[in-house]
Amino acid sequence: MKEHAVVIENLSRHFGQFKAVDRVSLTVSRGETFGFLGANGAGKTTTIRMLCGLLMPTSGGGSVAGFDIATRPEEVKKHIGYMSQKFSLYPDLTGRENIHFYGAAYGLARTVIRQRLETLAERLSLHEFIDRRTASLPVGWRQRLALAVALLHEPAILFLDEPTAGVDPVFRRRFWEILYELAEAKITIFVTTHYMDEAEYCGRISIMHQGRIVELGRPFDIVRRLDAAGLEDAFISLIRSREATNA
Amino acid sequence: MRRLRFIAQKEVHHILRDPRSLTIVMLMPVLMTFLYGYAINMDIENIVLSVIDHDRSSESRRLDERLFHSKYFSRPSVAIDERDPQRILKAGQAHAVLVIPPGFAAALHGQETVALSLTIDGSDNNVAAAAQSYIDQVLARYFIDQLPPKVSLPGVTVSPRILYNPDLKSSHFVVPALVALFLLMVSALLTSVTLAREKETGTMEQLLMAPVKPIEILVGKLLPYVVIAFIDALLVLAFAKIVFGVPFVGSRLLLLGLGLVYIVTSLGIGILISSLVRTQQVAMMLAATTTLMPSVMLSGFIFAIKNMPTALQLLSRIIPARYFVTIIRGIMLKGAGAEVLAVQGISLIVLMAIMVAIAARQFSTRVN
Repeated sequence: MKEHAVVIENLSRHFGQFKAVDRVSLTVSRGETFGFLGANGAGKTTTIRMLCGLLMPTSGGGSVAGFDIATRPEEVKKHIGYMSQKFSLYPDLTGRENIHFYGAAYGLARTVIRQRLETLAERLSLHEFIDRRTASLPVGWRQRLALAVALLHEPAILFLDEPTAGVDPVFRRRFWEILYELAEAKITIFVTTHYMDEAEYCGRISIMHQGRIVELGRPFDIVRRLDAAGLEDAFISLIRSREATNA
Repeated sequence: MRRLRFIAQKEVHHILRDPRSLTIVMLMPVLMTFLYGYAINMDIENIVLSVIDHDRSSESRRLDERLFHSKYFSRPSVAIDERDPQRILKAGQAHAVLVIPPGFAAALHGQETVALSLTIDGSDNNVAAAAQSYIDQVLARYFIDQLPPKVSLPGVTVSPRILYNPDLKSSHFVVPALVALFLLMVSALLTSVTLAREKETGTMEQLLMAPVKPIEILVGKLLPYVVIAFIDALLVLAFAKIVFGVPFVGSRLLLLGLGLVYIVTSLGIGILISSLVRTQQVAMMLAATTTLMPSVMLSGFIFAIKNMPTALQLLSRIIPARYFVTIIRGIMLKGAGAEVLAVQGISLIVLMAIMVAIAARQFSTRVN
């Protein structure tokens, strides 16, 4: 495993005339917790989709877990876990059935799935609801199940697209504790969020605006550089000043 | 291969977890066949005929008896006092009115000439045409019987023999075609809905994040529906035999083989539909309208293709039901074999190949 989990250079993706992602360059080290911020429509999800091998770049490129995202997307997929804001489990299946199904999709043997499920159930406290149909579960529990799905094949990098949207503060705190444990186990975490308190948990963050990365660094440094009261303040003043210059 | 099996298994899970939908899918074609099989009855019987007899002779009474002796005509449910044919038709008391004028018996014996007057309600042209031709037939026989015995008729007659559906029963003609229609609709509907559902829930994206090929997802997901469509077809065929007495004289194997081709073509249509929509509801609507309507109109199910304008004839070539309606009627009623159905069979296979190619392409570009 290389020291860099994610390396992208001049990554761009255009939809017709619209430049959703415009020459983005970025390096994320192994074991780092990286916060990928930006307003809605700034190009975060498009970037993540390219990093996960779901979308081809228009130009530029990069590698994830050491594999080129344009030429070896299938290898990339094997080494990453993905969890989106959208509830991505089958509502009419139980948690256990969902996990077995996704495990099989990753080509894991049944015994391996069973073992890892045991470990994950312990770690994420899934036992009380693992055998219930996921349609009936509250959002926070579903998110823990979705995280279990994303971790099942023991990925080196975890992509989280607004994983805590709509989850109550207690669950959010618990969720981030789990992420910290993962980071200690040298799993790279690449997360988008709209919660600035969560962004402050990250080692480094980038702020994206209209397809470009406009700020990159440790949360504390960014706040100081912009002379802001806090990260939220920094984020808002940054976006506002950008919009003022564009107008 | 293992992934394929798992995806198929999961789909079976979905299907079994939702027994209501499964019941609907299984029962709907049978129910629809039942309804349509009876409703689409092109045999015209029991035309209500009112006979106004001014002659009141034994001859006119015999003609009256002759007319109502057949199953084609029935008497008005209530006695009609009205003597004006137009009023009778306008009131909807009869489909046709035959007026036998005074002097009818005398005219039969050659003493004078009279004209029978027949007034027909033309607002249903099928009934009107049938009424006219039936009355002509009855009258012609009646007049021949009235001829003196010594008169001899030309010794030439036509003796018709109708093959494959000797009683000319509509149900024999309609029910096999219904199998074609429902098979198409059920397959396209189920496919588009199950794919749209994965889109709606976001599970499609999650699945594509895994190292699974789009083709594995497609084949795995659709395999169970091929089985369901097959069972559906068998149910309707059994039903056709038991309830409507539709014969099955041809090769079952040939029908199943071509049926499979037809089902796969229908799945292709379902995939195409799912790639155009975001929600299950829209998928359902689109699937029902794009499969059922054109197939009813352009498959030769009811309307003969060769009587259509050229543009519609060309359009009918891309309607899979067009080929399968001919195939299933040919095999079931006539026992037609591969040699007879080659053109239809090959056309259907070509259509399937095109449809699957477009669908697979559309599916993989959409997911990227």
